[in-house]
Amino acid sequence: MPAILVPTEKWAGKVREVTLGGDSRKKVVVGGETTLPFLHFDGVIPHAPAIAIDVEDVAPQNWSPVLGAVWGDVMREGLAAWARKAVEAGADMVALTLRSADPDMGNTGPAEAVEAVKKVLAAVDVPLIVYGPGIAAKDNEVLVAVSDAFAGKRLALGLCEDKNYRTIVATCMANGHIVIANSPIDINLAKQLNILITDMDMPGDRILMDPTTGALGYGLEYTYSVMERLRVAALLGDSMTAMPMILNPGREGWRFKEAKTRDGVPTQWGDLEGRGIAWETTTAIAQLQAGADILVMRHPKAVGLVKRAIASLMATNY
Amino acid sequence: MALSGIAIYKLLPKTNCKDCGFPTCLAFAMKLSQQGIKLSACPHVSEESKQALDASARPPIQLVTVGTGERAFSVGNEVVMFRHEKTFYNPTALAVRVKTSQSREAIAATVAAVDAYSVERVGIHMRLNAIAIDDAKGDPAAFASCVEQVSSITKMPLILISKDPRVMEAGLSKVAGRRSLIYAANSENVAQMAALAAKHGSPLAVQGDGLSQVAEVVEQANKAGVEELVLDPGARGFGNTLNTFTQIRRLALKSKERLVGYPVIAFPGEGSISPEEEALLASQLVIKYAGIVVLDHFAPHHAYPMLTLRQNIYTDPQKPIQVEPGVYPIRDPGRDSPVLVTTNFSLTYFSVAGEVDGSGMPAWLVICDTDGLSVLTSWAAGKFDGAKIAKTVTTHEVGSRVDHRFLLIPGHVAVLSGEIEEELPGWSVLVGPREGIDIPGYLKNVWTARLQGAKK
Ligand code: SF4
Repeated sequence: MPAILVPTEKWAGKVREVTLGGDSRKKVVVGGETTLPFLHFDGVIPHAPAIAIDVEDVAPQNWSPVLGAVWGDVMREGLAAWARKAVEAGADMVALTLRSADPDMGNTGPAEAVEAVKKVLAAVDVPLIVYGPGIAAKDNEVLVAVSDAFAGKRLALGLCEDKNYRTIVATCMANGHIVIANSPIDINLAKQLNILITDMDMPGDRILMDPTTGALGYGLEYTYSVMERLRVAALLGDSMTAMPMILNPGREGWRFKEAKTRDGVPTQWGDLEGRGIAWETTTAIAQLQAGADILVMRHPKAVGLVKRAIASLMATNY
Repeated sequence: MALSGIAIYKLLPKTNCKDCGFPTCLAFAMKLSQQGIKLSACPHVSEESKQALDASARPPIQLVTVGTGERAFSVGNEVVMFRHEKTFYNPTALAVRVKTSQSREAIAATVAAVDAYSVERVGIHMRLNAIAIDDAKGDPAAFASCVEQVSSITKMPLILISKDPRVMEAGLSKVAGRRSLIYAANSENVAQMAALAAKHGSPLAVQGDGLSQVAEVVEQANKAGVEELVLDPGARGFGNTLNTFTQIRRLALKSKERLVGYPVIAFPGEGSISPEEEALLASQLVIKYAGIVVLDHFAPHHAYPMLTLRQNIYTDPQKPIQVEPGVYPIRDPGRDSPVLVTTNFSLTYFSVAGEVDGSGMPAWLVICDTDGLSVLTSWAAGKFDGAKIAKTVTTHEVGSRVDHRFLLIPGHVAVLSGEIEEELPGWSVLVGPREGIDIPGYLKNVWTARLQGAKK
């Protein structure tokens, strides 16, 4: 038999390990890889990628009817029920968006934000990611309040962008939280933001990086290659790209008509439910192959499929 | 690995006879090394040299063509591990498998549906590529009749699946000259299967348990003169295929290992617990190195995302897909609908179009030709300026479509406002949000208010 010797890649770098949660609650550790995704013959992958599930503090108005069908009950029942059902659906973490702080969605303030986080923390014991409504001024207002109120809980707070990073980083440093550094699909901007955050003396093991999800058909290839390049740079030894990556295949995968519209679309698009779930999982599998350490997802069936894929990708006994 | 010009020169007659149209053999050799011409342009090259040059001209991953005519596909000839290093060239071929154990009606229905399936995205019609016919009965007559039936329905390339050379021969005889892929030669039947491949001019899949076994069968197939091969190293499932296919590509590209320098075939349905899982694994295989993926299920709601992923991943990163410049109506806009101006970078277009669509508010999208560059990049490169925008608005008669005279430009290029208003008398520029995601809020609040104000 011809001898086939597979060349291995020994990388100098390593992805940083980041621990979410803890205190008296469950912990999840992500990162720590010394190889490209799931290449067990090249290096070690100490932690499987984790799945978070999105919940919002008010019932969302424009989610896909497919998501409405599975989450509708708990959306009406309230945040605690929603968070519990997310964990039942397989979430390793819950990702809470403080949507009601959006001026269009109620314009609530710090008190309501703290109350929402308190509800989720009481309902489930997994780590918690907290997103502001995505409007810089409001993000600062509610995230700082949450950070202060839950010091030491090692929450992941975001988004932390170039325009508000000082505020978010300062409060995360003061209260022992993790920042989610978000930059717009660009390797240099991602790195630059990590440098700015690190320059404020934020410890490297409390930064997650979000290079921004372009969903399937909506820029997936850009996200994919930016992630791959960031990860290769990290493994080559660049510590400013070595943060674990967090992506949002749920939010982005369900945002467009491919995952929302049942009627009036070409018949070749097929059944809406299956199409929507596939839109989310296909975005997710590409991100896993490019180095995602945390995927924030939405549909329970998509979560189930991706978790089985991760289990297979983490196994070495085939 | 291509040879250098000097190495090629050493293999030429060195007579400088100029019959090739070049002044010297060296000049010819240099051109040949850049792959600008064919060796056959030199009528005097020796048989030995020809063979040496042919072998060296073979790419590290052999190009394999399956089928004939319009729907033939080619896989292989990839040169990088990561698409950002250059590009992925030959998109993964997606096949759907039927089995001789199925009823003729079921087979006819599947084949017709797969054959007809075509879905458009960014102006490109995406299709599935092949039908695989699996000899589930071990019966030459049944296989031949099934191959005959399928080939009467579709002109798509075929993949014939049987380990029994007699069955394979029976099938091949029904599709002579169609370059069907033979699946598969293994260590037991390689002599007969290679003979069939040679006789029919068919590409041949080689199956083995692990890389060494596959390489051994490849070696024998090569000895029998068969060079167009496809590999099945026996890997199934997410983890196994990723690791094995990565090793194969790395061996081919980095170690120049000829014995595994071929495209890979995968069967995501084998070992999957549901059609959903099969589809997800197929998507991973599109990204991670499969040349051909044979599916056991066909459903439009899985085919569409899979083909979209293939389009995304196989887009040349240096040549982003561009959108045709012009005016695009979103959600049936009218004379009061906003006019948004942006670039023809496909991602920009899709983000903006997606946001506008998601907002539920009809709008006109004016797409300027910026050579496929994004807003900031094209502005920096001078390809997205007042003159360009004015020209696009005028050429496409935007003014005739709306009653108002507002142009909404991306927040990143607020500085262009003055230039545009100068170039387009009568129009006012509104500076929109920087990010696509803020468009719905902007349209709902700012735009609505501006339009009301203007009417009063
Ligand atoms: S035809 Fe052949 S031998 Fe003559 S100059 Fe060209 S390369 Fe040399």
